[in-house]
Amino acid sequence: MSDLRIGVYVCHCGRNIAEKVRIDEVVKFAKTLPNVAIVRDYKYMCSDPGQELIVKDIKEEGINRVVVAACSPTLHEHTFRNVCRRAGLNPFLFQMANIRELDAWVTENIRDATEKAKAFIRAAVNRVALHEELEVGRAKINPNVLIIGGGIAGISAALVLADAGVKVYLVEKEPTIGGNMAKFDKTFPTLDCAACILTPKMTAVKAHPNIELLTYSEVESVEGYVGNFRVRIKKKPRYVIEDLCIGCYQCIEDCLFAKPLFPSEFDEGIGSRKPIYIPFPQAVPLVPVIDPDTCMWLKAKKCPQYCRESCEPDAIDFSMEEEFIDIEVGAIIVATGYKPFDAGRIPQYGFGKYENVYTSLQIERMLNSTGPTGGEVLLANGEKPKSVAIIHCVGSRDENYNRYCSKVCCMYSIKLAQLIKERTGAEVYNFYIDIRAAGKAYEEFYKRALSEGIYFIRGKVAEVTDIAKSEEEEGKLIVVAEDTLLGKVRRIPVDMVVLSVGLEPQADADKIGNMLKLSCSADGWFLEKHPKLAPVSTASEGIFIAGCCQGPKDIPETVAQAEAAAGEALSLIQRGEIELEPNVAFIREERCSGCRICIGVCPYGAISFDEEKGVAVVNPALCRGCGTCVAACPSKAAQQHLFRDEQIYAEIEGVLL
Amino acid sequence: MSADNSADFEPKIVGIFCNWCAYMAANLAGTARMLYPPNLRVIRVMCSGRIDPQFVFYAFKNGADGVLLAGCHHGDCHYIEGNVKCLRRYKLMKKILPQFGIEPERLRLEWISASEADKLRKVVGEFVEELKKLGPLGFRGVELGVVEAEKQVRI
Repeated sequence: MSDLRIGVYVCHCGRNIAEKVRIDEVVKFAKTLPNVAIVRDYKYMCSDPGQELIVKDIKEEGINRVVVAACSPTLHEHTFRNVCRRAGLNPFLFQMANIRELDAWVTENIRDATEKAKAFIRAAVNRVALHEELEVGRAKINPNVLIIGGGIAGISAALVLADAGVKVYLVEKEPTIGGNMAKFDKTFPTLDCAACILTPKMTAVKAHPNIELLTYSEVESVEGYVGNFRVRIKKKPRYVIEDLCIGCYQCIEDCLFAKPLFPSEFDEGIGSRKPIYIPFPQAVPLVPVIDPDTCMWLKAKKCPQYCRESCEPDAIDFSMEEEFIDIEVGAIIVATGYKPFDAGRIPQYGFGKYENVYTSLQIERMLNSTGPTGGEVLLANGEKPKSVAIIHCVGSRDENYNRYCSKVCCMYSIKLAQLIKERTGAEVYNFYIDIRAAGKAYEEFYKRALSEGIYFIRGKVAEVTDIAKSEEEEGKLIVVAEDTLLGKVRRIPVDMVVLSVGLEPQADADKIGNMLKLSCSADGWFLEKHPKLAPVSTASEGIFIAGCCQGPKDIPETVAQAEAAAGEALSLIQRGEIELEPNVAFIREERCSGCRICIGVCPYGAISFDEEKGVAVVNPALCRGCGTCVAACPSKAAQQHLFRDEQIYAEIEGVLL
Repeated sequence: MSADNSADFEPKIVGIFCNWCAYMAANLAGTARMLYPPNLRVIRVMCSGRIDPQFVFYAFKNGADGVLLAGCHHGDCHYIEGNVKCLRRYKLMKKILPQFGIEPERLRLEWISASEADKLRKVVGEFVEELKKLGPLGFRGVELGVVEAEKQVRI
């Protein structure tokens, strides 16, 4: 062991570490530790000059083990391993001591933080002495990419990848792609028509030779790891054969139900559809779907099947069943979006109680020229409203529901205000807490609404009621709020109330998260690897997130993130092969008694039994490095590289100063 | 093992955290600048399923007053169900510890997701208070036959 020469490098991280940890004291302490040859400190170890210090010591001072005491290994372990590699030292003869996230940033006083830093450094020095040279494993990367979710995020990512020549599987659970954006009429702040900018992209997806579009489908299971995911997709029966259907609408016209009787999901319940329907005229694919809960044949076998008779290409197939498709991909982009807040959860706003209280998405559908009212904003009695109140922050910035800001509601409320005023001439009142118009040309958009005579009342609405207190209020909905600028309670009688609902994680976000091993934030949004520097990567390598599944955001941000995720996925699969962390298990044959306990606990079937030798054998290609077999082995024959028992014992001794 | 000097007694806690959930929560506590008592010393393993009961005994033998094991919530394990295996071993350890004269309360297992920095902060705070009540374990240097023998085998 005498030839060990450990170099310890203590990072100040600017003032981040140095203001809590007495660097000179730590340096002095590190010099007393066994086998330590050199101790240096520097402002920023991760910077070029910092890295050069280590390279120089390895090359000129014969340093053969490196400890960097700095930030979390999740941030810079990779950086410093590469520094070792560059200097000709095996990158695994390195250990990081996390004295920033685990120490300087969470410890109140300097004395405690300094002692804690010493403990972590001693543990790292102890441990690195027992490190050995390791080779990285390599695995081929499957060049295909799976995208979950066919909203604007999934569509944007799919097109970028497909244009680069990548085979993309785009899975959408609804019968059509387009997501929430397809429901909108116009988009802020430019008032572009949503359909005009979205539908060409939807068509491009359908037409692209590199994109395999799987609508009305859900991801059932995901196995494997970065570069080699095996995915099972469940295709729900739509009872119409996509390849045969020509989208002529004949089946829908001839349906047993002469009139659409059932609330349309796509129209947020304010329009109706038949049991066989196409969600909206620009749907992709333009293929009807039959709802088994309302179709008389599927429900009760009581229907002459007019749809089937009228279908010329014979595309209707009532015998269709759930189908499972197995694919293999190298990377996955999760773009599962959001769900609008359920306005019924706030009873005092009267949604579901008063017929003229609508959600913002219902108004979007009314404004849309292909929507149920053909682009008119109408009251339940078919008349145009003369006054409309828009209530901001419904379900957002509210201790009782969601504490976060949904980010898009201010802007879309201002947009709806302009559109409603333009189409109906109504007086529009916005009730807001703060106006958040941060974004390119957003403030100008708000100013324009102000100049157009739209009213803004600062105050959170207490209730919406139909109990009139004056003649003027008779037959109206009265919006009650404290105007915090005037300092008094106001009652504004209006014909229509619009609830600007916030954004919430999808109901099945948990399920997707579990399947892909993605963590969620406390609010349920998928967690990125680093909030600033890795905003589309996740803790699960090879899985990227884009759009609102990561948190509320508007369309430009969503598209930017989707294209970033596509770029990351492309960068990954272009490498052709990946380096695997060498933290796999191995068996010390001379100790193995052949009890086979390890075989039973391995979740990946990576361990087999060599009958001839009577010992267990680990297949490093299948081992994912959890170490469960190591903890289970009664004779300490199973071990894990980088986490050998000895190394962990050394670390335990080290932290217990 | 007396509680007499609990006023100035600062327990030493060894934390063995899984890489994906608990360690990430500890990182998050850092980036969110959440202050918690300095008593916790974290060791990172890839999965809570890697935690060999010997690690726990070894920590107690080497002067730990408490050991905090932390992994992913059920269903969140990066390696399918390593956390369940950890739970099984934990229950076993809870039974064995009194046989060494160690109060089972000195060992704690928590499920802490990557976003639950606040939970980590609370757990550490609580655990420190609890250990202060129990007082120092004072096992350092005491020969624990089983652990010592194990160390021999290991070397």
